[in-house]
Amino acid sequence: MLTLLFDGVAYGMLLFLLAVGLAVTLGLMNFINLAHGAFAMAGGYITVLLMNRAGVPFLACLPLAFIGAGLLGAVLEPTLYRRMYARPHLDQVLFSIGLVFMAVTAVDYFVGSMQQNIQVPAWLQGRFDIAWIGIGRYRLFIIVVCAVLALALQWVLVGTRFGSRLRAAVDDRRVASGLGLDVNRIFLATFVVGSGLAGLGGALGAEVLGLDPSFPLKFMIYFLIVCAVGGTTTITGPLLAALLLGIADVMGKYYVPKLGAFIVYTLMVLILLVRPQGLFARAGAAR
Amino acid sequence: MSARAAAALAQDARWRGWELATLAALPAAWLLLPGQALILNEIAILALFALSLDLILGYAGVVSLGHAAFFGLGAYTAALCAKLLTPDPWLGMAAAVGATALLGFLTSFLILRGSDLTRLMVTLGIALILYELANKLDWLTGGADGLQGVVMGPVRTPFGAFEFDIGGRVACAYTMALLVACLLLVRRIVHSPFGFSLQALRDNPLRAASIGLSVHARLVVAYTIGGAIGGVAGALLAQTNGFASLDVLDFHRSAEVLLVLVIGGTGYLYGGLFGAVAFKLLHDLLSAWTPQYWNFWIGVFLVVLVIVGRERLLRPWSWGRR
Amino acid sequence: MNLCERLSRAALHLALAGAALAAPLAQAADAGPIKIGLILPMTGQQASTGRQIDAAVKLWMAQNGNKVAGRPVEVILKDDAAVPDTTRRLAQELIVNDKVAVLAGFGITPTALATAPLGTQSKTPMVVMAAATSSITQASPFFIRTSFTLPQVTVAIADWAAKNGIKKAISLVADYGPGFDAEKFFDSQFRLNGGQVLDKLRTPLRSPDFAPVLQKVADAKPDALFVFLPSGQGATFMKQFAERGLDKSGVRLIATGDVTDDDQLADMGEVATGVVNSHHYSAAHPSETNKKFVKAFEAANKFRPNFMAIGGYDGMRVIYKALEATKGEGGEKLLEAMKGQIFESPRGPVLIDAQTRDIVQDVYIRKVERVPAMGNQLYNVEFDVIKQVKDPGKAK
Repeated sequence: MLTLLFDGVAYGMLLFLLAVGLAVTLGLMNFINLAHGAFAMAGGYITVLLMNRAGVPFLACLPLAFIGAGLLGAVLEPTLYRRMYARPHLDQVLFSIGLVFMAVTAVDYFVGSMQQNIQVPAWLQGRFDIAWIGIGRYRLFIIVVCAVLALALQWVLVGTRFGSRLRAAVDDRRVASGLGLDVNRIFLATFVVGSGLAGLGGALGAEVLGLDPSFPLKFMIYFLIVCAVGGTTTITGPLLAALLLGIADVMGKYYVPKLGAFIVYTLMVLILLVRPQGLFARAGAAR
Repeated sequence: MSARAAAALAQDARWRGWELATLAALPAAWLLLPGQALILNEIAILALFALSLDLILGYAGVVSLGHAAFFGLGAYTAALCAKLLTPDPWLGMAAAVGATALLGFLTSFLILRGSDLTRLMVTLGIALILYELANKLDWLTGGADGLQGVVMGPVRTPFGAFEFDIGGRVACAYTMALLVACLLLVRRIVHSPFGFSLQALRDNPLRAASIGLSVHARLVVAYTIGGAIGGVAGALLAQTNGFASLDVLDFHRSAEVLLVLVIGGTGYLYGGLFGAVAFKLLHDLLSAWTPQYWNFWIGVFLVVLVIVGRERLLRPWSWGRR
Repeated sequence: MNLCERLSRAALHLALAGAALAAPLAQAADAGPIKIGLILPMTGQQASTGRQIDAAVKLWMAQNGNKVAGRPVEVILKDDAAVPDTTRRLAQELIVNDKVAVLAGFGITPTALATAPLGTQSKTPMVVMAAATSSITQASPFFIRTSFTLPQVTVAIADWAAKNGIKKAISLVADYGPGFDAEKFFDSQFRLNGGQVLDKLRTPLRSPDFAPVLQKVADAKPDALFVFLPSGQGATFMKQFAERGLDKSGVRLIATGDVTDDDQLADMGEVATGVVNSHHYSAAHPSETNKKFVKAFEAANKFRPNFMAIGGYDGMRVIYKALEATKGEGGEKLLEAMKGQIFESPRGPVLIDAQTRDIVQDVYIRKVERVPAMGNQLYNVEFDVIKQVKDPGKAK
């Protein structure tokens, strides 16, 4: 069922976009940020509010969602997050859960707790057929955007100086710092980009996944699964993990509907049993 | 064991004044606050649940986001036992302990390897799988509607048989008795050579293994016991409420108990109790003040707490200092 | 107030409460205010239910005053976040400490079932304003329902479908209790009328992706797809339905009204138009009573009333009239006064069945359309009705 494969890939790409920021943050700062979903939600709500209340066209909202969520990250990172890097993981979990509660209730207070709906432009609606595959236009759009971003991220990571500095800082922060790299600036930049990407993911996902104040809590589990299974030291790891997750989920529900949601969780547990560092972790990383 | 080591252990295991006071506060609360028996019951159950997590997290160093698996399994076992086999609370409790200990034993092999994140995800995954199972097997568990028809018999004690009353006093006494019993049990475990070895492997598994401690075996035992006690807490919930629903396996239970334990402090046994009291009271107060947005203030509290420093909550004398 | 003062306030509260002894279980009539314990999910996934019912209760009291039988009425609102043991504890506290005359609310079924034994033991009437599983009213003789039951509205749409040229259908429900109910009753009623159910699909409750199930529907090509989803997932579902071109391929979309919930209908967009669904309340119901209700509701809140709100509004009506009849007394007398009430609600004529204590009401077949007279917004426009439907889910 190639259409199903296509659908699974689209779903997986979206998950990747949402989770990649978390994976990098986790790998880089060793910081378990359960509030990552809140940045995605921020991007989603920025889009919804701009589209529904101010009539801004959809395509314009996407970069705005990225910038908005990125800005939020830029504000929170130096003020709050930076103090937490050296803290034990438990403290980080507590802190980020506190942030999530605040974000969720704040959104509920200002916007209300209903599901938010947007109307994507007409050229993104509907589908067309190529051979035996039904291609949904919106899903195709998601795949294209995410693929471009994934390539861009990979290029940044592998082909630029910033990327190599980032990889150095991920592998061993102390040595990198000792070699003169401004680790704080790297962290800030990474956090901002990661949050921005999450915001973009939230904006793209509003149409497919729905958007309401409980978004961060509902989807956090999936982001964590992508990070755990994909490993946090590469970009390709979470990408492949997200694709695997998306496809397995969609295929599983079609062919074995009785098992439905089990499949994803069981798959994750099995993978982690066999490879606790995640499927695609790079050898040699300091973990 | 050398005489010095034995003496160090004995020193540590001495009953301190504040410990006795805390333990005495439990029955005192029951006696003096009869109108609050219900919330005391809830606090005690949460405290017991947090205690079981403390053993796993605070002493053995395993970060778990799926502890609700034990809570839920204990609850459903006790409820099903009462419904299908016998309404006697003690037998239901025994069944719950057996079932959750088995689950703990079996799943302990899954958390042996891996980083914090891995364990977090595996434990979470197990809880989610159990949740879906309970949802699927709705002919057994009642599914999303919950398990009805659970009528508990009286609690038989050497002092007579006590029916669960609507005011919740018997339930509260039953729960507190079990809480104290488990506290004493865990205390005994923790202040034993085994308990010390647990802390050793929490702090540095590599070093512990290199001096000959069997890390895996110890983890298995600790996780099993922790799971069993979590099952006791779940069974108490089902028995004192006469009801069990999918909610007992939900993620928010795991998250809540983790929060409670971390608020109270890990690794010294009473963190669960203090955390449960603080959290529940906070929740109740905030919820009465603003039924819709109390979560926000809990969030603020958590953020401030962590930034200021967890240990300082319980040391008011340090608030003045910078 | 700072933390210190708040804590001492709490301590005082606890001490005072602690000094009170457990009250006798029957509700004695005294001259103080009559208290109604309203337990709703104000936070969590079901928060919109709580919000709607709370608004409706406040509207009722604004319109009908807060005095009944010469005594002031006090509504004590508590949030249970739809967690059953919290509901139970709150109910216990309300009964024992606050001495409420009646409990109301109950956002989802488990919360009602958990509270059942308490109501029975303390002889406190419990008015179910939201939960929709048939078996609730059988869990305690003190339950009165003013919401609806899923079987009630499901058999209506199954009937309509069979009589309107739909021979082959597929049912798609969310994978939890109410979903199973909807599936079962649609299946039995549709087949009773000669239809054929090709497949029964289920989709997980949390974060569903409808792609696989919609693919199955596309493969099987039924005449109609019957859908039951909790409110909130309806919009996403309909978008994906349209995205796959299923609406153009001749598969009709029929559903229960939860999918086209008034709370969200206005934002759903064109994909929702034409969906035929059955429910017991539409904000566009063309009666004078309803027009006044909707107007007052929208004036006081920024949103439309939906079927949850009407459950709350009518629930208050039942409580008030019963209290008037018993002159403020509670217990079994109050329960008796609630049974058998028959009145005109904004939704239509309503009867609280004296035997089953469940609600008997008209179920409407509606189609989603833009209504120019009402701001050109999307509404569920009624075009057929099945009168006075009793709950078919009661065990015979």
